[in-house]
Amino acid sequence: MSEAKLIRPSIDEIKSLLRVERLPHIWCPSCGIGIVAKAYVEALLRSGIPPEKHVLVSGIGCSSRMPGYIKIDGYHVIHGRAIPFAVGLKTVRPELEVTVFAGDGDLSTIGGNHLIHAIRRNDDINVIMINNFTYGMTGGQYGGTTPEGSRTLTSPYGHIEGTFNVPLLVASIGAPYVARWTVLHYRQIVDTIVEMFNIDGFAFLEVISPCIIYTDMNRRDAISLMRMFREQSDIDHKADLRNIGINRLNEETRFVVGKFVHRPSESYQTKYRRLVEKVMKGG
Amino acid sequence: MNNGVLKPGDYFLRGNYACVEGALLAGCRFFAGYPITPSNEISAMMARRMPQVGGSFIQFEDEIASIVGVIGAANGGVKSMTATSGPGFSLMQEAIGLAFMIETPIVIVDVQRGGPSTGLPTQVGQGDFIQTNFGSHGDYETVVYLPNSPQEMFDMTIEAFNTAWRYRVPVIVLADQMIGQMIEKVSVPPYDEIEIVEYEKPDVPPEEFLPFDFRYEVPPFVAAGDGYRIHLTGLAHDERGYPTTNHEIYSKMLLRKLRKIWDNEDRIMEWEEQLTEDANLIVVSYGITSRSVYKAVRDAREKGMKVGIYRLKTAWPFPYKRLREMANEGKDILVVEVNMGQAYRVAKQYVPHDSIYCMPWAPGKVPTPEAILKKIEEVYRA
Repeated sequence: MSEAKLIRPSIDEIKSLLRVERLPHIWCPSCGIGIVAKAYVEALLRSGIPPEKHVLVSGIGCSSRMPGYIKIDGYHVIHGRAIPFAVGLKTVRPELEVTVFAGDGDLSTIGGNHLIHAIRRNDDINVIMINNFTYGMTGGQYGGTTPEGSRTLTSPYGHIEGTFNVPLLVASIGAPYVARWTVLHYRQIVDTIVEMFNIDGFAFLEVISPCIIYTDMNRRDAISLMRMFREQSDIDHKADLRNIGINRLNEETRFVVGKFVHRPSESYQTKYRRLVEKVMKGG
Repeated sequence: MNNGVLKPGDYFLRGNYACVEGALLAGCRFFAGYPITPSNEISAMMARRMPQVGGSFIQFEDEIASIVGVIGAANGGVKSMTATSGPGFSLMQEAIGLAFMIETPIVIVDVQRGGPSTGLPTQVGQGDFIQTNFGSHGDYETVVYLPNSPQEMFDMTIEAFNTAWRYRVPVIVLADQMIGQMIEKVSVPPYDEIEIVEYEKPDVPPEEFLPFDFRYEVPPFVAAGDGYRIHLTGLAHDERGYPTTNHEIYSKMLLRKLRKIWDNEDRIMEWEEQLTEDANLIVVSYGITSRSVYKAVRDAREKGMKVGIYRLKTAWPFPYKRLREMANEGKDILVVEVNMGQAYRVAKQYVPHDSIYCMPWAPGKVPTPEAILKKIEEVYRA
């Protein structure tokens, strides 16, 4: 699906997929989540799948508010449990294109167990994880992706725990599609999401978007954040994922981004439907 | 026509298997669960039966995923259920609140074992009675059935699906280890005698549709992919399903959701009564314990004591009206259950006098008819 047509959707097309009556949104000025929301909408328009057949599922947190603004079927469920909801729905309605859109805390911390098992089963869902490195909605506590040394609400003397390298974690379990971009890489995010729609299995995208308020990137503005991403990002599709963890967040940090894994896959749901056909024939 | 569900006739079935067959007959086509004793026969049979009827089965990584998966599948418009026991049921509490909040019809079977904590995994208990309606935070309602035989495991599972889809609420079949694992005759009636409730799509176009329309007692259910482009959230929401902190709107919304059950309690609550007319003492029980009570009350009658039976068939809504009526007539009440007095505590609210007795009983064993008879003799006033 890389015959990327460079025809950008019109404002009206984008608006037709927004719940305009819900604006303004809850995100802070300079927050990157809205960029990814727009990228999702653009990918949806490019997917060729009618909006009625797309579904968004989210958990709790800033990123998880995103489905509330998109005019398609959306389910804003409980903290950490977007993945099992999406899996149940996708299993009974395989014709729907089910995408989970949530934050790092929701997906990799409280929901970590569901994340790893959905990858192991190879559930046919798309998971877009906004990594803001913190719990923004509750005021900036540390989570599973918070870099060491960070001063947060709950690590006032500096964070001393380890940090998840989520693309490595996801790839190591065998996810057939793994990508990471920063919010600077808008075009690549759109292309990636379009590709994710075509994966029969677990497709994962991490989007780096440090919380502008509660991380060590604070007191900056969106422009300087984007400048940082331009100067400190390395596109490397063949990167050794063991080396791409973000353990510090400062002027030295290198953000290794790219489409790391893209391989043929058959999902749990496809295998299960084949099993059902066989059993119903008396096999 | 064999579409894979049980044909009408008489069978000799384990309670947990009867539950599975009832669910399939009711149209359940998605099951998710996590291994836990003593409900394992349900997931094992579901794993075998679901593909035979064209449905789906997933063994999830825990009970939280199981119930949330069931809520997801139900929002796909497919009748869905999970089964568990005490510890797993505890893990499901937050999601029960979600199902109530977004008005998703789901069925949960809780085959109770002895608690608290890991308790007595292979032995009987009835300690989840209160939890089935109060385990999640906030004000919500569930409907809870109390089978006392494999036949009722079958019948009440079908009824649970009907109630869930009629009122769009989480419904629980609260069984226990003995009812789940005992084997008895189960009759499957002719299909046309079995009531099955299905959802009907709304009659308004998507642009006029409100998922939580105040004009309805139970707003029409809409599944993902039906074309209505709905947004559902566990946050307090308005008629459109959008988050709101407006107190007036949320009061109205929460009350409407609760009134689905409150205003229909007479239609939902069920009980069984025997020998109550001339009785001075009414023995209240449910589930496996009622089987001992039948015998104990017969023995008491033989000894000349005027004792009657009031068996709860729903825990919630609690069948309080008839109980209150009998108590008002001056009848004494004895509550027998495999816990330290959970239904007793509820029943007490509806009894205007002090002659209501409890028989605290630790899980692991069902009180024998002899033990119950002894208690009857102790509290009985001629």
